[in-house]
Amino acid sequence: MNDIKIYALSTCIHCRNAKKYLDECGVKYECVHVDELSGDDRKQIVQEIKDHNPAVSFPTIVIKNTVVVGYHKDKIDAALKGE
Amino acid sequence: MDAKQLYKMLKKVQEPKGYYFNKDMDMTMPLLESLLTNKDRFGYMACPCRLANGDFEADKDIVCPCTYREEDIKEYGACFCALYVSKEYNDGTIEKAVVPERRPPEKIIF
Repeated sequence: MNDIKIYALSTCIHCRNAKKYLDECGVKYECVHVDELSGDDRKQIVQEIKDHNPAVSFPTIVIKNTVVVGYHKDKIDAALKGE
Repeated sequence: MDAKQLYKMLKKVQEPKGYYFNKDMDMTMPLLESLLTNKDRFGYMACPCRLANGDFEADKDIVCPCTYREEDIKEYGACFCALYVSKEYNDGTIEKAVVPERRPPEKIIF
């Protein structure tokens, strides 16, 4: 199982940039495009995001035990290093 | 309509009001394309960086330009998705920050 998960929107530029950065870092991650979900799947994922980030904003990136809200390169770097 | 046409059309209306397009075209053009994607999807240009409900009444606050733009630009120099920015933001005289979400999560209902 991946220990990096990104909750994103397919139309969001910050999400796109964050994924590009994770790609550049050479890490594997699981990506959920929440805007492409519907019904119970969507409800369940929104609740999951709420648990990590009560504002339910995008991208919400979960790296091991750290949650990075928004595209913050420095916070992503720190979380990847396990700081 | 394509993103270039949308750019021209909105620029004329928004710039005189003090809202400028982000001069970083790698941000602006994909965002305008996403606005058009949302127009196809929902019938209105919902903010591309927010989870839309898909119902106009429920998404009124995030139809671009969203109701949070004014406060965000005042405080951060950019709106949430950074499509619209202040003159100072484009001039580089203010620091670029990640704008936190101002929309209450309760607005996501579907």
